[in-house]
Amino acid sequence: MSDFFTTAILVATAASGVRLAVPLLFASLGETFGQRSGVLNLGVDGIMLLGAFGGYYAVLQTGSVWLGLLIGIVVGMLLGLVSALISVTLRAEQGISGIGIYLFGLGMSDLLFQKLVGTPLPITKFPKLNFPVLSDIPVIGELLFQHSVVVYLAFLAVPVSMYIINKTTFGMNIRAVGENPEAADSLGVSVNRIRYATVIIGGTLAGVAGAALAIDLGIFQQNLTNAQGFIAIALVYFGAWRPVGVMLGSLLYGFVNAIVLQLKTLAIIPPDLSDFAAMAPAIITILALVVVARRFKAPAALTKPYSRGE
Amino acid sequence: MLEMRAITKRFPGVLANDRVDFDLRAGEVHTLLGENGAGKSTLMKILYGLYQPDEGEILLNGSPVEIHSPTDAIDLNVGMIHQHFMMVESLTVAENVALGLPSNRGFRTDLDAVSERITELGTRYGLKIDPSATVWQLSVGQKQRVEIIKALFRDANLLILDEPTAVLTPQEVDQLFKTLRQMTEDGRGLIFISHKLHEVLALSDRITVLRQGRITGQVPVEGATRESLARMMVGREVKLAPDKPAVEPGRPRLRIESLTVLGDRGDEAVRSLNLEVRAGEILSIAGVSGNGQREMAETIGGLRQPTSGAIFIDDTDVAGKTPAEIRAAGLSYVPEGRMKNGCIGAFTVSENLLLVDHQKAPYVKWGLFDFGVIKEHSAQLVKQYAVKTPTLDTTARSLSGGNIQKLILAREISGTPKVLVASQPTRGVDIGAAEYIHKRLVEQRTEDTAILVISEDLDEVFALADRIAVIYEGQIMGMVDPATTSREEIGLMMAGVHPETTSDRP
Repeated sequence: MSDFFTTAILVATAASGVRLAVPLLFASLGETFGQRSGVLNLGVDGIMLLGAFGGYYAVLQTGSVWLGLLIGIVVGMLLGLVSALISVTLRAEQGISGIGIYLFGLGMSDLLFQKLVGTPLPITKFPKLNFPVLSDIPVIGELLFQHSVVVYLAFLAVPVSMYIINKTTFGMNIRAVGENPEAADSLGVSVNRIRYATVIIGGTLAGVAGAALAIDLGIFQQNLTNAQGFIAIALVYFGAWRPVGVMLGSLLYGFVNAIVLQLKTLAIIPPDLSDFAAMAPAIITILALVVVARRFKAPAALTKPYSRGE
Repeated sequence: MLEMRAITKRFPGVLANDRVDFDLRAGEVHTLLGENGAGKSTLMKILYGLYQPDEGEILLNGSPVEIHSPTDAIDLNVGMIHQHFMMVESLTVAENVALGLPSNRGFRTDLDAVSERITELGTRYGLKIDPSATVWQLSVGQKQRVEIIKALFRDANLLILDEPTAVLTPQEVDQLFKTLRQMTEDGRGLIFISHKLHEVLALSDRITVLRQGRITGQVPVEGATRESLARMMVGREVKLAPDKPAVEPGRPRLRIESLTVLGDRGDEAVRSLNLEVRAGEILSIAGVSGNGQREMAETIGGLRQPTSGAIFIDDTDVAGKTPAEIRAAGLSYVPEGRMKNGCIGAFTVSENLLLVDHQKAPYVKWGLFDFGVIKEHSAQLVKQYAVKTPTLDTTARSLSGGNIQKLILAREISGTPKVLVASQPTRGVDIGAAEYIHKRLVEQRTEDTAILVISEDLDEVFALADRIAVIYEGQIMGMVDPATTSREEIGLMMAGVHPETTSDRP
């Protein structure tokens, strides 16, 4: 155990926690938009998987991580559009239809991987940034200033999301549609248009999350996300539908995950118990969810499809 | 300014509007009067773009218009105050007002400018409100002000008010009417939908009456009376207040002693409330909704647990007992939510009539239903209580509100209860059925039943009550005799002003 409590290891663990939080942060911020407008998209994990494969494959073929990220965006957008079509236009039961998207993403990403790639070939990872002076500061440098661009993008997305949701007309419409779509409709706000927009934003960010995960690990395999998309949905509740809360939740999960990984690497946890230890992040998240999330109210129209005059 | 010509709207199985003509002049209040389901709301939803008419045309200021959505309506300066507030509770007043409108600052919201205009409009029309307050914190009357400001903010010249007074105290109604008059003086036209006859007479310039989708009368307010309007609504003579034979009240049969009950949010909805209802009398509880009357009724019925206090039916304390135990002690209960607690929509008429006694002889023999007896019993009740149903095996939910209410009443009264609690017994019920329900309640007094009627409708309170108890914030503000008390006095008590202070007024 004493091996763990050295500065070098603690800092490395914390830095890796920040990195591990990134896919969750993207995905749960995206889901926040959808849920604030009243749409629960349970398909996040499926979109992440296809975004991950798309991103991986693009990098494998071209060597460009940025093209990989772009493909993740495009794949996410398209699947977001499909999700919106199902839950907004077709008004499907949101608790069920998202599972369909998930299963589709899970199967399709694996199928494409088997057909197009077959053996897990490693790909180029995101380059780490190196800030003059800042990156060389002990502890803080490693913790904050030696990450890839994607990490900074993810954390930059938090204040941007806050601004959009709280300070723009679009954000006000999102909140209104999620709480009382009838009222919004009666004032000429198009409920469907707003929900399409938020679900597509959610899909896009889920696609980015998947691509970021695959390119960060430099690998793709079946079920790469390991249900992180579902954790992301839980984190939206944990974060009480607020970007900052969602960020704190993602970081908590990232840190716990990093600690467990580190303890495994240092063989502090015996190998035969490591599968149990792998559950720790999920369990801690659920417990936190139970304790924290009860105090906040979900958007009133969450999971309720809207149609005029009913 | 508005002409609706030969508007026809069909829903599956219903002709909601049948060649309805309706017009509105600038500066007038034109009332649409009719029972539930008469087609008032349908007609107005057509005007506001929520429904499309099957036939007919709409002319605004002389030119034909097509209104496909509320946005079209707003663009044509048509505003609507809905019966149920159309507001986002978690947003502020200013945000609710700004919703759907373009902002002066592009994609960013411009709530300061909106707030300024809200204050301006508020001063002009007597609609004081804090623009930065969150809507869920507002009282019902304040929410209504926000609704009106929303319409004024969008320059509504033609404003539809769908039962705007349903949830207001008499004083709030007076204030609302003042605001509305100010608006007509500015040349705006108002369409007022209501079924409260005295309000209709107080506010309108003209009145159009609808029945079953057709116009049955269009009269100026001069010369109209409550009786003449009721006749047009129902199609026959209606007694608005039942004849009440004098019954000498006997001993107290329902006694509530320092009852305290928590509401849904954990606050004290009923606070050490004391009340006595005597055999052979109707005691009406008057009050604005949300002052603890629902929680009190639910506690008497056993649907909610009190935190302290006692409820005696004759000499049995039933506080905190189960509904079955309380019913066994002699309570009958007509709950506020007809479909929620009053009956089971998917069950048949006959099954619903049986509900309370479904484990007792003679309906059950050797653990099995005796369908012969059950059928006979329900056929008799249906006939006796004039429940209009095609068969005894029709599901309750396919009946009209009035008939469901009669069905529940039949079940509850037929056992000759010691105590009868009726919550909002005629809410949303047509005048004909309400007339009948009132008659039955009054008759029940001669059976020595102690009757507690909870109602937000002051007309009903006055028509039924031997004594009126006014409830405010979970306590009885005062007990008055309907024969010697005015609506205004009760209204003040409903708003929380003590009766002692009211009598001191000049």
